[in-house]
Amino acid sequence: MSDVEVSPFPEGLWSQPAVDPSAIAELEGVEPVKSIRTPARLDYTYTAGISQSRFLRGMAEGKLLGERCRKCGKVYVPSRGACPVDGIPTEEIVELPSVGTVTSFCVVNVEFTGRGIDIPYASALVVPDGADLAVFGLIQEIPHDQVRMGMRVEAKWKDEADWETSFENIEYWRPNGEPDADYESYKEHI
Amino acid sequence: MSESDVLSAPLVVEYPFTRTVGPVQSAFFTGLREGVLVGVRMVDGGVMCPPVEYDPLTSEPLTELVPVGAAGEVTTWAWVDEPRADNPLSTPFAWALVRLDGADTAMLHAVDAGSADAMSTGMRVQVRWADEREGAITDIACFEPEGGDR
Amino acid sequence: MRDVAIVGTAQSVHARRIDDRNEVEMLMPVLQELKDGLGVTQADLDFTCSGSTDYLAGQGFSFVGTLDGVGPYPPISESHVEADGAWALYEAWVKIQTGAADTALVYSYGKSSPGDLPRVLSRQLDPYYYGPLWPDSISMAALQARALLDSGKATERDLAEIAVRSRASAKDNPFATISGDFDVDEILAEDHVVSPLRKHDCPPVSDGAVAIVLAADDRARELTDTPAWIRGLDHRIDVHAIGLRDLTDSPSTRLAAGAAGVNDGAIDVAELHAPFTAQEVILREAIGLGDDIDVNPSGGALAANTMMAAGLVRIVEVANRISAGTAGRGVAHATAGHCLQQNLVCVLGAEP
Repeated sequence: MSDVEVSPFPEGLWSQPAVDPSAIAELEGVEPVKSIRTPARLDYTYTAGISQSRFLRGMAEGKLLGERCRKCGKVYVPSRGACPVDGIPTEEIVELPSVGTVTSFCVVNVEFTGRGIDIPYASALVVPDGADLAVFGLIQEIPHDQVRMGMRVEAKWKDEADWETSFENIEYWRPNGEPDADYESYKEHI
Repeated sequence: MSESDVLSAPLVVEYPFTRTVGPVQSAFFTGLREGVLVGVRMVDGGVMCPPVEYDPLTSEPLTELVPVGAAGEVTTWAWVDEPRADNPLSTPFAWALVRLDGADTAMLHAVDAGSADAMSTGMRVQVRWADEREGAITDIACFEPEGGDR
Repeated sequence: MRDVAIVGTAQSVHARRIDDRNEVEMLMPVLQELKDGLGVTQADLDFTCSGSTDYLAGQGFSFVGTLDGVGPYPPISESHVEADGAWALYEAWVKIQTGAADTALVYSYGKSSPGDLPRVLSRQLDPYYYGPLWPDSISMAALQARALLDSGKATERDLAEIAVRSRASAKDNPFATISGDFDVDEILAEDHVVSPLRKHDCPPVSDGAVAIVLAADDRARELTDTPAWIRGLDHRIDVHAIGLRDLTDSPSTRLAAGAAGVNDGAIDVAELHAPFTAQEVILREAIGLGDDIDVNPSGGALAANTMMAAGLVRIVEVANRISAGTAGRGVAHATAGHCLQQNLVCVLGAEP
């Protein structure tokens, strides 16, 4: 793209009148300050809450746990504590297979700090079998340009010895060889 | 699972902000870097220091920069026995609003007075400059009692 | 103008620390109690508005997660203010005035225990001149208190008496964080936390949630026999920089109180959002409340101060007393920012 001349704002439209520094000798001829650094750091002790703690403890045991709403029957994974349809806590725990369908994906071409993954790579939304919500995950073991909606995938877990109360126990998702899921079977979850 | 099984973890929220400044604030921060205090004349004729771009009562743009003294009067204060992270001083100090000579408004900063007994509303304080100045409010390391040799 | 009333209220216990659940789990029981008590479901509520800030618990977009507890799917008409629920009430009230809604759910919550609240609140300050010094909220309030003491408008004993009265009143408030009988001389003998403030001059840090339902005209009468009608509602803001203000006065509160019509009739009860003792003195004067007015029978913010909710709680405490028939007309006040920077005044009555 060639350089484009950007016209200045029309006179009177959001213009700041020039300041008059004449009374301050020390401002004459010196480089004016244009910005200030204002870093901010705040430390917290974050509570996962009841529902998320159940999910994370499931992760530590190699299980992908969803929670079912007793009113509408939908299964959420990970559960954040409430069914957004009924506004009540989800209480029934449902163990889900770590196998699912890609409902959407994107190809990332930008290096984010600290990721350590070769770019480009594909990230996807995967609905585990039996769930009504998708989880977000990295797709590996397939060229990024072959990732598609409907692709059947399985989770690749870390070695059991490395399991913690963390979603990161699932390293990524990879094709599991099954034929692609029919669009009708996952269109509600897009 | 009992409620005592609820998990928690440290969480740090951190932002490396850089903020641009307009012409009035630029003059103030440039002044600090150069070792002088700069105010701006308000619509009612008074001087505001530290200065902002618009009049607080009429909201008209302010443009007349005015030199202001590096010493002034404490208009209110509070004693901190236990400084917190990122405060101007790590030893006990006073917060104070300081109305610098020639200004009609006050600036918030810290006063290194040594003890609460040395603080009083109306006392005179002077700027203690930071060893290295970059054009920020912290170019004023703190204030100290006027004429003192701390 | 449409007649709008508070037809139902609910609040959680405002605890020092609710660390066994996350924000949505903390809020849901309050919303459920409110809706069940009124016999309404989310479908009966035309508009929802919430007040909260992510900086309390440190989780970005926390208010989106908490919205799950409302049952927002299928999609509802909702809004959010990064402010106390009193301002969410203001937005919902305006929505109803435009005719775009007849009923509204307003809620707010705060979970400050995960962080260092006084330090977090320094982020509300001017980022050029104040923020980089990291003055915490207690230090800022202390500067205001010193100015008040210097002016002669109050003594340290007067402030201690406010603290003692508030916490004694809170004994009748099942939701309070602190309540009990304290001795003025004993607490005056304690060390300062940031002089001239002592511990009793400061609010507790509280976690909790509050929710109300607003309804207009006949809809309000259908939902309850004892609506608390909003007779006046206004909010104003003072200049931000405390170096430009007279900290012993609150012009924005005076303006808001005038516009809300506080003194158009007798006041039976007042709930003032004064987290620091000195602020109650300033607010009383700015609103024009005589010494005979019962201020903060709930204990006020000195007994429970859930950030982002304490202002709405003041409105709830007045509304509840009107609905219960123990007050005919009352004023509630909410504040935001350091040193009473922004103020909202709400007048409520048993008649529309």
